[in-house]
Amino acid sequence: MNIIVLVKQTFDTEEKIVVEQGTVVEDGVKFVINPYDEYAVEQAIQIRDDVGGKVTVVSVGPERTAEALRTALAMGADEAVLIQDSRIGHDEHSVALALHAFISQEPYDIILGGNFSVDNGAGQVAVRLAKLLAIPHASSITKLDISAGRAVVQRDAEGDLETIELPLPALFTAQQGLNEPRYPSLQGIMKAKKKPFRELSLDDLNLDAGAVAPRTERINLQLPPARQAGKIISGEPAEQAQELFRLLRTEAKVI
Amino acid sequence: MSRTFLVVAETRGGSLRQVSYETISAARLAGGADTTVAAVLIGATAGSFVNELTHYGADRVYTVEHADLEHYNPQGYFAALQAVVQTVQPDAIFFGHTAIGKDLAPQIAAELGTGQISDITAIEVDDNGQALFTRPIYAGKVLEKKAFTAFPWIATVRPNNIAPLEVDPTRTATTEAVAYSQPTLQTIIRDVVRNTSGKIDLSEAKVIISGGRGVRSADGFKPLEALATVLGGAVGASRGACDAGYCDYALQIGQTGKVVTPELYIACGVSGAIQHVAGMSSSRVIIAINKDPEAPIFKIADYGIVGDLFEVVPLLTEQFKLALQP
Repeated sequence: MNIIVLVKQTFDTEEKIVVEQGTVVEDGVKFVINPYDEYAVEQAIQIRDDVGGKVTVVSVGPERTAEALRTALAMGADEAVLIQDSRIGHDEHSVALALHAFISQEPYDIILGGNFSVDNGAGQVAVRLAKLLAIPHASSITKLDISAGRAVVQRDAEGDLETIELPLPALFTAQQGLNEPRYPSLQGIMKAKKKPFRELSLDDLNLDAGAVAPRTERINLQLPPARQAGKIISGEPAEQAQELFRLLRTEAKVI
Repeated sequence: MSRTFLVVAETRGGSLRQVSYETISAARLAGGADTTVAAVLIGATAGSFVNELTHYGADRVYTVEHADLEHYNPQGYFAALQAVVQTVQPDAIFFGHTAIGKDLAPQIAAELGTGQISDITAIEVDDNGQALFTRPIYAGKVLEKKAFTAFPWIATVRPNNIAPLEVDPTRTATTEAVAYSQPTLQTIIRDVVRNTSGKIDLSEAKVIISGGRGVRSADGFKPLEALATVLGGAVGASRGACDAGYCDYALQIGQTGKVVTPELYIACGVSGAIQHVAGMSSSRVIIAINKDPEAPIFKIADYGIVGDLFEVVPLLTEQFKLALQP
């Protein structure tokens, strides 16, 4: 079973965001594998350990992304590919085309990714890729069973639980609850250093800048207005409840 | 040149979703008065919602009605929408940023090779007539403003952020039923468990009561559910409560989980970790109930009660019940 996992490196979710000169400051920030992609990596390793095969993790991103790929290798993935090229824009159309150019040349049965990234959060790239590869997909899955060339998944659709069956090859995006990602072991970290790690540019993928030209552009970044601490309501519980109700009705006017 | 923007409407539980009205409004905002706003509804009984879509501002309404379209199937709905796109040749396509919109929009974007701006919360039009879209990134820690470099394009609209147009029951629209030729479906929907039937979806809820580690158990959510029922709201949770196994991950609000923007957010026993606050800080009014006066949640709450949620929440429920009785 050949399994490809789409990985993005993101800020740790406990990081505060600082904007300077129109960009998010990255100095001193802790980077992690996008939490949803971590479920995808874990699932891929479990399937491989079950039925055999190879797990390849692939990312489109800057040089620092190599660290996230190394972490995935340390978790147990077999090979890593970093597509790094400044001509690839911050645009889902561009990123999906770059991934497609690579993956369409590789053997694959299963492609796994996260449901969305906790930074950009658009949730487009994986579904775009499935369409570009002309393979079926199931997004936001919480359970994945593979047998006899078919997948049965459970999917979270805004709280409703769908059970879907589809043939392989297919693409899946991971939702929380799919599994409990492992921590890399010391042995895993040591082994990761010797695993195949390829870096590819647009030229390696036979693409030029025009082919992956972005379809969207960023105008600016702004911090949302800061919230201020409000009133603390004191008194006995019954008085607090009464006073809160009064304020909601007369001052905040939400009730 | 007059343009046509297509809005993909949805139903849930037998009614049109509020976000569909908001999305019609978004298309009008982005396109201005000269743009034809067309709406499409795909489903088993799509034809019965034409009037509502018209009254909420659609100039043209397309329906794709077929028994096989009762439930969302990524391939079936794609085929249905593609037939409409070929008929309409829209300059832009709008979706709600919903389970269906999130899954269907990128498929169409990839097929057409277009840009897509996801999860937009505000639209403005600059002096050159170009539409600019604001979307929260890092779960709302930053607001990004984006534009498209070429037509056609695709946008998905976050529920609860763009006001619908005023309802006008005298409006009329041209309507057209588009035939659905079923593709060979590789994807088969085996079963759907409607956990949410009769409940309000978190992303669309006007009132959210959320619980953190302070609820202490699955049973601890019961007083929160009682308050949500009285207020017609939905129950959410922090990552702490989900990780502790008190509730399902589907309820999680935060940078992992859902980002919500209700009118009223009542955080009960929630400490206010950065990743949770990112998911709810755009709520209009925030209330925090927590035993710990030092809990960071108080720094962003409009009203705070330092106290035991198991005492305060039932009292609040009583208070609201009495006051809201007709």
